[in-house]
Amino acid sequence: MKQPLVEIKDLKTYFYVKAGTVKAVDGLTLTVETGTKLGLVGESGSGKTTMALAIMRMIRPPGTIQGQILVDGVDLLKLSEEEMRKARLSKIAMIPQGAMNSLNPVARIKDQVLDGMLDHGEKFARGEEEKRVAYLLDMVGLQAKVAKMFPHELSGGMKQRVTAAIALSMHPKVLIADEPTSALDVVIQREVMEMITRLVNDLNLSMILIGHDMGLMAQTVDRLAVMYAGHIMEIGDVRDMFADPLHPYTKALINSLPVLGNRGVFHGIPGVPPSVINPPPGCPFASRCPDVIAGICESQTAPLRELRPGRWVACHLYDGEK
Amino acid sequence: MAPIVELRNVSKFFGSGPSRTVALDDMTFSVDEDFAKIVTIAGESGSGKTTILMLLLGFYDPSLGSVMYRGKDLRKLDKDDTVDFRRNVQAVFQDPFAVYNPFYKVDNLLSIPIKNFKIAKGKEESRHLMETALTRVGLRPEETLGRFPHQLSGGQRQRIAVARALILKPKILLADEPVSMVDASLRATLLKQIRDLNQELQIPILYITHDLTTSYHVSDYIIVLYHGSVMEAGNVEEVIRSPKHPYTKLLVNSIPWPDPNMLWGATAEEVKGKAAELGTHACKFANRCPHAFEPCVKEQPDLFRTNKGTQVAACFLFQGSETLAKDKLGTLFTK
Repeated sequence: MKQPLVEIKDLKTYFYVKAGTVKAVDGLTLTVETGTKLGLVGESGSGKTTMALAIMRMIRPPGTIQGQILVDGVDLLKLSEEEMRKARLSKIAMIPQGAMNSLNPVARIKDQVLDGMLDHGEKFARGEEEKRVAYLLDMVGLQAKVAKMFPHELSGGMKQRVTAAIALSMHPKVLIADEPTSALDVVIQREVMEMITRLVNDLNLSMILIGHDMGLMAQTVDRLAVMYAGHIMEIGDVRDMFADPLHPYTKALINSLPVLGNRGVFHGIPGVPPSVINPPPGCPFASRCPDVIAGICESQTAPLRELRPGRWVACHLYDGEK
Repeated sequence: MAPIVELRNVSKFFGSGPSRTVALDDMTFSVDEDFAKIVTIAGESGSGKTTILMLLLGFYDPSLGSVMYRGKDLRKLDKDDTVDFRRNVQAVFQDPFAVYNPFYKVDNLLSIPIKNFKIAKGKEESRHLMETALTRVGLRPEETLGRFPHQLSGGQRQRIAVARALILKPKILLADEPVSMVDASLRATLLKQIRDLNQELQIPILYITHDLTTSYHVSDYIIVLYHGSVMEAGNVEEVIRSPKHPYTKLLVNSIPWPDPNMLWGATAEEVKGKAAELGTHACKFANRCPHAFEPCVKEQPDLFRTNKGTQVAACFLFQGSETLAKDKLGTLFTK
């Protein structure tokens, strides 16, 4: 068992708004070991991006973050604002969703890559800046001449590579990638994902890959966490999860995917996810679940329990086991 | 049976002079009215797939060639024909947010065409039609009608677009990435509804996508485009399972299949990055192609028949095989 680098304990991100309390992330517990790639899948509105922002402590009022986020033994939620600012990028960095919109359109790539490092107080000798930028760009598979360009001169895949170079510029230990390839074509998606995977392995980082594409997860991550309406439904090794999903939601999700061989067979999941504004009690999936246990699932939330080593499931169907 | 829509030697350029962008390069393709199959037009961004849709809907005028609706040039339709065209050629668009006017209730998407095409007599029948169609796509009318777009999810909104097609009973449906912005759990449901629509109305559907997994699932035939030219075409099962053209191979190898035992690039070939610009007479994929050889940069390949003639690939690797004339592409797709 590798040492957990990231330990998230009972993380709650609530937004107090007029209509009630939006429980975007509701009591989430998760660990990521050093050198592991964890995938976090969920539908839109399931709270996966909110969770990523919460780890970076970038939730703004009326949002609140409660719980514990331990990175290398330090609770990020206990840091001062200034300490947290230092920790971002140097300890924990993020590749944001939609790289297209996260670069400054009127600044050269070089300045954007350097910006974070300079802000964190790194000093460069004369001529060292260019070298560092060229080194970082080379790492993500871009030519040095890109440094002098503006974002509009780059393709979507190249922009995404630039955001990866920025995220890794200060050798963070944890990389959060929020749908890094959702706007890219399949071929470019594969190239960018292979580049990210190679860097994560070479630099021995921990990565949390957020997305909704189960195919991408199957190709990339070691462990998979399935999120639904602010809760984690199941966590396990990616192969086990695909081979033997335990939670009915995971089962339905995997069943709904197109694979070679079952052409023309469609298994959608009926119904819609529940609202996270003042959510009803009980399991959030109960209203769509084919295996719902009357009288239990609608009223009691199933805790996330370790059924087998490394395999956690939140479902009343397995109450009898262990 | 006569073709319902037809592209005749259509090219579309953006800009002019040597730096113009060729979005579509001499495409000839027609769809018969009684061809009740789903044909995928697949390609990456910039392949010209959306240009085809815009041309077929009459939103773009072709730079060369002509777009025909029931044998008449789209630009020269008279008033009656235009109404007929607008009713019979329906589309489901990619972005379920952009097709609705946020200030109007979603009912408008259904009630306005009913009114304009005089499908119902009176309000009650109109309401009844709308309710039946919504129920058919798995929505509860009482939870849908009277709402504003922002109160519904992307999946719900996309299903209303399908319901609209059900009411109008078009003769052909053009679906432009209908599921790319919809959640995974609803994707299968929506694809099934598109398939059902095709079966029930017995109409052809053009499914435009960059996502080969969904196209494999929902369609019967596929045309793979690259920079405005056809690279490969044929039966979807055959093309995806045994792609012949190096570009299709690259695409198929990049599909992230949801199966940890079927990893990316297991059979991938090294592909070159984008090299120097090619002249107008070269195969468009030549500068990235791992197999490129002399003839590839000199002229554009014809469509060579592969796989016992049921599939075509525009690639000199199959030089020597029988060729298929560009304007006979439709003959591959049998009813």
